[in-house]
Amino acid sequence: MAVLSPTQPTHRRGGRGASGPRPPRRVGFSQRLGRWDVKLSPYLYISPFFLLFALTGLFPLGYTAFVSLHEWNLLGGQGEFVGLENFSAVLAQPVFWKSLVNTFSIFVFSSIPQVLLAITIAALLDQNLRAATFWRMGVLIPYVVAPVAVSMIFGRLFADQYGLINELLGIVGIDPVGWHSDRIASHVAIASMVNFRWTGYNALIFLAAMQAVPRELYEAAVIDGAGRVRQFFSVTVPQIRATIIFIVITSTIGGLQIFDEVRMFDSTGLGGANRDWMTTVVYLYDVAWGNQKDFGRAAAVAWLLFLLIVLIGMVNFLITRRISTSGPKAPAVSRRHTRRLLAQARAAGGAGTAPPTPAPAPAPTDPTTDREDRR
Amino acid sequence: MSSVAVTAQTAGKRAARAAAKRRGRGTRSAQRRPGRLTYILLGTVLLISMFPLYFTLLLGSSDPVTIAQEAVPQWLPDASLFQQFATVFESDRINFWKALTNSVIIAVVTAASVVLFSTLAGYSFAKLRFRGRGPLLVFVIATMAVPTQLGVIPLYILMSDLDWIGKLQAVIVPGLVTAFGVFWMTQYLSEALPYELIEAARVDGASMIRTFWSVALPAARPAAAMLGLFTFVQQWTNYFWPSIVLNSENPTLPLVVKSLQANFFVDYSLVMGGIFLVTLPLLVIFVFVGRQLVAGIMAGAVKG
Repeated sequence: MAVLSPTQPTHRRGGRGASGPRPPRRVGFSQRLGRWDVKLSPYLYISPFFLLFALTGLFPLGYTAFVSLHEWNLLGGQGEFVGLENFSAVLAQPVFWKSLVNTFSIFVFSSIPQVLLAITIAALLDQNLRAATFWRMGVLIPYVVAPVAVSMIFGRLFADQYGLINELLGIVGIDPVGWHSDRIASHVAIASMVNFRWTGYNALIFLAAMQAVPRELYEAAVIDGAGRVRQFFSVTVPQIRATIIFIVITSTIGGLQIFDEVRMFDSTGLGGANRDWMTTVVYLYDVAWGNQKDFGRAAAVAWLLFLLIVLIGMVNFLITRRISTSGPKAPAVSRRHTRRLLAQARAAGGAGTAPPTPAPAPAPTDPTTDREDRR
Repeated sequence: MSSVAVTAQTAGKRAARAAAKRRGRGTRSAQRRPGRLTYILLGTVLLISMFPLYFTLLLGSSDPVTIAQEAVPQWLPDASLFQQFATVFESDRINFWKALTNSVIIAVVTAASVVLFSTLAGYSFAKLRFRGRGPLLVFVIATMAVPTQLGVIPLYILMSDLDWIGKLQAVIVPGLVTAFGVFWMTQYLSEALPYELIEAARVDGASMIRTFWSVALPAARPAAAMLGLFTFVQQWTNYFWPSIVLNSENPTLPLVVKSLQANFFVDYSLVMGGIFLVTLPLLVIFVFVGRQLVAGIMAGAVKG
């Protein structure tokens, strides 16, 4: 860090050496210049971000609160101050509540299977594969397809009549599902679009985290007699817990803002005749730019949704942390924890999946230090 | 801290690549090749990933009557596909070429800007000392979790006051910086750029900005490339905000999908052919940069 202290320019000049001291004024000037350079540059470098972000990110978010307290519509502009009237009007709308339930339902159908699938795919990729890059690129393909395009395609795949999904279900002997008429079914269809696009992406993030796990831990686990599944739950999962938290939180934020998929799922794009799959963001859009053209109420919706996202994000964070911190802290806890996980896995996946566990393998003593050493 | 990025700094690219290879071999040699089941499972994942796009080709090769009666009208695409393409290219209601140009402009400008400003800010946060650094960085991280899309109403009012509705800058300006980008570059540079290099440059008499340009920027290249790619993809596929401030006369490619649906909803094969065209450019780009994208994730230090 010496480089950043103001004395540096002197040192630099002095370093040149034998010719003796320079005229004091010149040194003083460039020294002062150098000092200002050192002092101001950091602020200069971060200022474009903060200025632009304040203008296009922060100000709108704050101003939303202002708009929400006024009568305000698309054409007429700002009206009079109405206090919390917009909020009470929105909260009195059954459609608003319906959209919240829809959003939450779609979110659950998308995030949980997505994280589980992504971890599984990552575990598959985290092996000594031939053509590893090919497979990794393969799982990322859906990510480059625009959600609107995915939605149009899946809208067709999930068609109520002559849709591929229903035909496939027919082969297995299941009656055709009304993807565009049954509420829960429509949620599953929309969630599957979200999953299609994001599972591979998240799998690669998990893969990156898995590869950062020191291989010695696995070697130690093997010596202790742990099988593949046991290794996964006792070494991999605790080691990538921070990444799991990260993915869960980002998928929450994304999952509560679903818009594109619903807009393209049918031709009106407002969530069906009964608003059975209208999400809250689509509701916001409809209030602001659809029939009502009411910016005041739409702003109130935005704020309510914002609070909800923060709330769910926090709950999410706490739960995920509770679940995963009990891992590597102390070996005793860790063992109990993994045993529980294993029991769950066994219960969920049938008896065959769990490896025979010999003498309880002590968890690797302190994985965190290992990890630090490696860097 | 003997990361590959540091090797790239001290010994050049070739050595870094060799080092990466050696390291890869070292850690992997203990592992045996996975069994056939792994490949079958991954192959299934790959098939599912590709099928929806292939499906657009199948429907695009068919005709509306068949599509209405068959789940999968045919299993191989044929030449009638090109008729749909020609219709999409020529239609006045679709504005395909304009949409393509607009999408390229928006994605390139925002990607370049996000990379430049994020690297500048990330370098500052990671390697320079200044008053307020800690709180400001916390602020950046906090805003990352805040869905700024929820500010659409005031943002729309702002764009309307500026008379930007229907113009490209209404999409470009809000995308010029992201909190994620700053966080990303901060993370990367704090690990990949050793203080010794900055010190050396400073001792050699480089000014602060020169140090950034000749030392920090080259070191940031892998993460910057990845950030640029992701910003590009994100803007390219973005629909919500463009659908609010742009219209079908001056669209982006995702808006073309909506126009297709609105104008030709009876002709499903045309719609699907159009959707394939909308997706194709990014797919072509992906073939060339997908490797870097993946390598970027793997080297790009996504560690929680």
